[in-house]
Amino acid sequence: MEITFGGIILCALTDDGEKIRDIPAFIVKDEAARQEKARLLSRILKAAVHDVGDDVLIVVRH
Amino acid sequence: MPHGCSIGLGLAMGIMARVLLLRSDYRQYPTYPHGYASHLFLGIIAALVGAVSVPALMAQEWTAVTFFVIVAQQFREIRSMERDSLEALEETQLVARGSDYIESIARVFEARYYIVIFVAASASYGAERGGALMGIALGVLALIGSTLVVKTEPLARSVEVIPAPLSFHGPDLYVGDIFIMNVGLESSRESIAEHGIGAILIPKTETARDTLANLGQRQAILHDAAGILGAKKDMDTPEFTPMATRHIQTGRVGVFMVPEEGDVQLLVNVIKRTPVLESARGRSLYGQSP
Repeated sequence: MEITFGGIILCALTDDGEKIRDIPAFIVKDEAARQEKARLLSRILKAAVHDVGDDVLIVVRH
Repeated sequence: MPHGCSIGLGLAMGIMARVLLLRSDYRQYPTYPHGYASHLFLGIIAALVGAVSVPALMAQEWTAVTFFVIVAQQFREIRSMERDSLEALEETQLVARGSDYIESIARVFEARYYIVIFVAASASYGAERGGALMGIALGVLALIGSTLVVKTEPLARSVEVIPAPLSFHGPDLYVGDIFIMNVGLESSRESIAEHGIGAILIPKTETARDTLANLGQRQAILHDAAGILGAKKDMDTPEFTPMATRHIQTGRVGVFMVPEEGDVQLLVNVIKRTPVLESARGRSLYGQSP
């Protein structure tokens, strides 16, 4: 059986670097700036942005 | 030429059957004009096989009959030809057909050639037995009977489709009460709230519930909907990809899309017309698992 990844977390955006481990993280304190960075990353990486709460956004390629 | 009338009539009826079955509908397949050309040509061959096989059988020309049976088997290749062709196009589709839909279309194409052979053989047999009029009558009967047997069932027969509003609970997108996905970007949420439309599919029976559970069936619905209404998305905006998510407790399905044409009633009509795929047809009431 072939095993494939359904979705891959490419990076995360957060206000605090302590919240993220083992994946590339962009630390952006301001909420509006975080949204703009996430939008740019999603367009560049052709991936979707998901909000997992606690001021953490993840960019996932499905 | 002793069997000229029956072979000629069978050939003509077979070609007519292929032309009638070769309609390009809202799914835009086959593509005009090259798809038409190749299928018309293969249709002529199929009609000839059907038309000649009956007189050959009646004249006890077993070599000819065997030869035509071998030729008829070549039409099995039609299915793989259509499958390969559609699979090659999948990568460049914004909303893919999905393998179930492709298989279903390929099966229909294959079956249509067998119908052409059957119609041509029936007309040929009628002409041999009772003249041209009998041939035409049998050919028309064969065509009507065959098309009724292979007619695809629209989803509306077993599923109720109703428009439903989109709403956000925080970053989570819902169609009615059915969760669709988590949208992290504020700008995308605003866009979806402004341009997005949704519908809920309610199965009328347990069998329909199984049909809606099939991922291929749901992908076919999304492909047809995006084909008619257009999808306001590109490769770098995956959050605008049409989605169909299942409510596990009830078996209902929520459909979400951001269309070019924001007509929710049109979306409902397209979903109702989507064919029930053979591979997705629910069979929960027809048999028991061992």
